[in-house]
Amino acid sequence: MSVRRLAKEQPTEFSFSPENLAWAEKQVAKYPDGKQASAIIPLLWCAQKQNAGWVSEPAMRYLAEMLDMAYIRVYEVATFYTMFNLAPLGKYHVQLCGTTPCWLRGADELKAVCEEKIGPKGTTSADGMFTWTEVECLGACCNAPMVQINDDYFEDLTKETLGAFLDDLRSGRAPKPGSATGRTSSEPFGGPSTLTDPNLYDKSAAAPVDFAGRTAPSEGGSDASG
Amino acid sequence: MLQDKDRIFTNLYGLQDWRLPAAKERGAWNGTADMMAMGRDWIIDQVKESGLRGRGGAGFPTGLKWTFMPKEIGDRPHYLVVNADESEPGTCKDREMMRHDPHLLIEGCLVASFAMGAHACYIYIRGEYIAERLRLQEAIDEAYEAGLVGKNAVGSGWDFDIYVHHGAGAYICGEETALLESLEGKKGQPRLKPPFPANAGLYGAPTTVNNVESIAVVPTIIRRGASWFAGLGRPNNTGTKVFCISGHVNKPCNVEEEMSIPLRTLIETHAGGVRGGWDNLKAVIPGGSSVPLIPKDICDNVLMDFDALKDVQSGLGTAAVIVMDKSTDVIKAIARISYFYKHESCGQCTPCREGTGWMWRVLERMAKGDAQTSEIDDLLDVAGQVEGHTICALGDAAAWPVQGLIRHFRHEIEERIDAYRSDRPVPVHQAAE
Repeated sequence: MSVRRLAKEQPTEFSFSPENLAWAEKQVAKYPDGKQASAIIPLLWCAQKQNAGWVSEPAMRYLAEMLDMAYIRVYEVATFYTMFNLAPLGKYHVQLCGTTPCWLRGADELKAVCEEKIGPKGTTSADGMFTWTEVECLGACCNAPMVQINDDYFEDLTKETLGAFLDDLRSGRAPKPGSATGRTSSEPFGGPSTLTDPNLYDKSAAAPVDFAGRTAPSEGGSDASG
Repeated sequence: MLQDKDRIFTNLYGLQDWRLPAAKERGAWNGTADMMAMGRDWIIDQVKESGLRGRGGAGFPTGLKWTFMPKEIGDRPHYLVVNADESEPGTCKDREMMRHDPHLLIEGCLVASFAMGAHACYIYIRGEYIAERLRLQEAIDEAYEAGLVGKNAVGSGWDFDIYVHHGAGAYICGEETALLESLEGKKGQPRLKPPFPANAGLYGAPTTVNNVESIAVVPTIIRRGASWFAGLGRPNNTGTKVFCISGHVNKPCNVEEEMSIPLRTLIETHAGGVRGGWDNLKAVIPGGSSVPLIPKDICDNVLMDFDALKDVQSGLGTAAVIVMDKSTDVIKAIARISYFYKHESCGQCTPCREGTGWMWRVLERMAKGDAQTSEIDDLLDVAGQVEGHTICALGDAAAWPVQGLIRHFRHEIEERIDAYRSDRPVPVHQAAE
């Protein structure tokens, strides 16, 4: 568990922009009648995006009223889930994965870069551009080490590439998300060792299948792709 | 070794087009209505006969799980909930399926929902996967547009709605009842079982929660026949599996391979081998951070499946293979995992809330050597008191890596302590004045 408290200084009010309100209504419609509370996480997320990356106390009250929830239930959710930032932060939130798979591949070096270019862990840089935090596994372990900056994953990093990306952002340039070493996704570096058979992509897998024609499910042909 | 023709996720790496027309050419949505016309029981029988075991970690037989749902739809609706809250350290396979082969998952949701009498399915994706969530939603929109889902889905006569829901950064929400709590708009704290979700799940209605991979493989299994899938791997450990190979290998990657492939073959064939060669291997965590590590001498011959890894006191888990070479400070590696569990404990059960922090603090000291050898047994004792004494399996998952470390690397902890103590005065316990 981690201790999470609301920011001391809070704005006086919050309400969704018209676009976000329309979006929120669409989210609520995903759930059965009377189960509108299900939408609280997506709506808090939307409120956070609208409010420069953090959830304010008036936003929680606003959503509690919108979803007909007790305020304490919204407060519980906002403080339980760590993607909700409860205090203002920099323009770019650098979330550095420090869990073992990333640590094995050099997450500590990336931390040193953040400390040098941003400041101590959990703080915002003096120019207000960056806040960096260490987070737990972000689920991109085959592309470790990695960071998430706002919505985007930056993978296969080295201290040089991360440093350059931070410099880019600071000077208004947007680095390209994904692998910094040019991998498409999580295929082995240098090209895949599988999925090279051209027959996979010749539409043969789309040939009709006769399910009823199989004599019995347990005796079906082992090559029944056609 | 699996041949390309037997791979299910033919766009695992996103080198092909993920959109509907291309996905159809690769076999997705082929004969879905005919498959459904064979009936609910037939579909469940196919899944049972294939031997498919859940791909999210526990390895429970998927077909059997489906039979726990009520046969008839009563006054409560049935739900399928897909667990896409992929957060187990080392695991990054569902992400690739959702962003590169989303139509296999959507089709699987329809077929599985139909088999269980569910007209609605929620896919709960972890909050950090923002691009993946948008991609999945785009694919679902395509499927609605094409009449594959929605009213009279794919012309089958079955009405089916599918929704994407997201979390906000809580590992515990990968536990199925915590996931349901979260989906209901609450803190993700696991529920006591029974009742099991098949009786009282989402909104108190019959619900089945399945991992992304478990659902996404179903249509292909049925298209190719249960016996095709059952013929891969070993009995009770059948089919194909996407392995996530990370850590100290030359080419970390996800790869779909045959179940029961030898660990060494897996690493050397697809991941470019261990950094510095096989003999430079120290240990492997074979199934995500929750399972105990295995040292090199076990890695030499072990097969990657549920039973073989259980026999060596570890587990297949999510098949996330975390490789550590000889340069690794294995105590620190496990201490970092302990920190993870401390951070992610939901705080509901005392043994886990207090125990995870306690184990982490002791391990941090042990990584420095600032401990006493007697504390190794204390640590083992505490791990044993957390294990099995909590509502959900997070307590077990926090205890197992620690137990694995002590089982195989106790000597290393002792040496670390001795080295630290050698140039410091021996601590003397004194009675309080």
